[in-house]
Amino acid sequence: MSAVNTRRAFKPNWLARLGWLAVIGYCVLAFWSLDITWDRFVIGLENGAKFLGSMIPPNFERWKLLLGNLLETLEIAVIASAFGVAFSLPIGLAASRNLMPTWATWPARILIAICRSFHPVIFAILFVKAVGFGPLAGILTLIFASIGFIGKLFAEAIEEISLKPVEACRAAGAPFMSVILYAVLPQVLNRFIGFATYQFDANIRNSTMVGIVGAGGIGGTLFAAFQRFDYDFLAAILISIIILVMLGEYLASIVKAVFND
Amino acid sequence: MTSRTWERFTPAQRLARFAIYLAAVTALVVSMRTVQIVPEFLYDAPTQMADMFARMWPPDVAHYREGVHQALVESMHIAGMGTILALVMSLPVALLAASNITPIPALNWLARLILVSSRSVNTLVWAILFVAVFGPGALAGTIAIGFRSIGFCGKLLGEALEECNKGPVEALKAAGAPWPSIFLKAYWPQVSPAFWGITLFRWDINVRESAVIGLVGAGGIGMALDTAIALFRWNQVALILLCIFAVVIVAEIVVTKIRQKII
Repeated sequence: MSAVNTRRAFKPNWLARLGWLAVIGYCVLAFWSLDITWDRFVIGLENGAKFLGSMIPPNFERWKLLLGNLLETLEIAVIASAFGVAFSLPIGLAASRNLMPTWATWPARILIAICRSFHPVIFAILFVKAVGFGPLAGILTLIFASIGFIGKLFAEAIEEISLKPVEACRAAGAPFMSVILYAVLPQVLNRFIGFATYQFDANIRNSTMVGIVGAGGIGGTLFAAFQRFDYDFLAAILISIIILVMLGEYLASIVKAVFND
Repeated sequence: MTSRTWERFTPAQRLARFAIYLAAVTALVVSMRTVQIVPEFLYDAPTQMADMFARMWPPDVAHYREGVHQALVESMHIAGMGTILALVMSLPVALLAASNITPIPALNWLARLILVSSRSVNTLVWAILFVAVFGPGALAGTIAIGFRSIGFCGKLLGEALEECNKGPVEALKAAGAPWPSIFLKAYWPQVSPAFWGITLFRWDINVRESAVIGLVGAGGIGMALDTAIALFRWNQVALILLCIFAVVIVAEIVVTKIRQKII
């Protein structure tokens, strides 16, 4: 009997298989060049067990310090969100290609690109050098981060609007501000509130981290606890950060629910 | 005939909106009054900034070969390996989180808990934890990037899996296909565009993050940056910042090009 000519329902995709092979090849190369070895991993796991052991139980003895820091973190997030959103409105508007002439969109787009290009921590380092340690550096950092994020999304939202109300307003001879207020804003307000609440949420997350480079908030205490091997206090800080972030997420969802109907 | 006024929102809705505006303004005012800012520092900031940039110029290009190139490559590897690690780890979590694949609410909740805690902890904080576990270096950075990305990849992947069309799944089940085949031939083709989109998106984010985790000792260009700042070598700082900028821009262009091709 001749070999049974089985029909295959799914053709093998050799290109995809080559691709997976390339991924595996890359992994091997990267492991080798990063000097990641199994031994180190196993030693690390032992360390990890010790580390976890010294984290439990979490030490909430210094709760006053913890609460004060959490409050500062929250304050940084609130102020940075307010100013970040306020600044990104005009910048996003200036960056939208369908409403603005080229000479206005280019500078706004470059500003947004610069704000987005670096990780907030790098901005935080620069601002700590410029305005000293403390929450001010953190606030400035997060304002920049917010402009980069909301400015871009807001510009995109404006570029997607229907131009008919805009043309109607212009045809009726409305001045520029009225066109913005009555033809553009109503179309993007809901999305804008979505971006703003998301950014507030993101700012809470990021304000827990800028302290690591000295820009205020709970990050500084976290890093100090880590460097002093205060692992049980570290655990307490981590738990409170997670609670704070979840609270922020919950708040953002409430605001979105109120504005979405 | 009574005159009727038409209103867009019910009183309850207006009250809710007003309450949110009020809460936001109160929070802002309270924060502005209590946060500890030294005003002199703010007035002084432009001078200090100008001074800093003056020190940075010109960038110390000669330093690239000896101190930057190696670290930059390491950062890229951390970003790449971290993303791969995240995808490997987030796949099972995503399967658990998708309620149509795992119809057990307790497991769905467990998966959601994993996703939320992964996202709540910042990459830098993950990096601090893993530096404590594995010691300073790229291993800690890779795992930190991976752990942080689980939340992001797992959430989006889980949502993509939940939106899958049931038709092919039921067809394969009716034909008696084993579970791996159902996943590979019914779910995977439907989620693979989302999968690649998520991968590219996260890799782009991870390139940015891998540049800074070195500040807490987790390897890559951040360690070079940290050293240069500690030694007040501002010309080297400028060079490193320029390199990070270039890499981030290139990564963004690459991602955009690949996205256009595959999606």
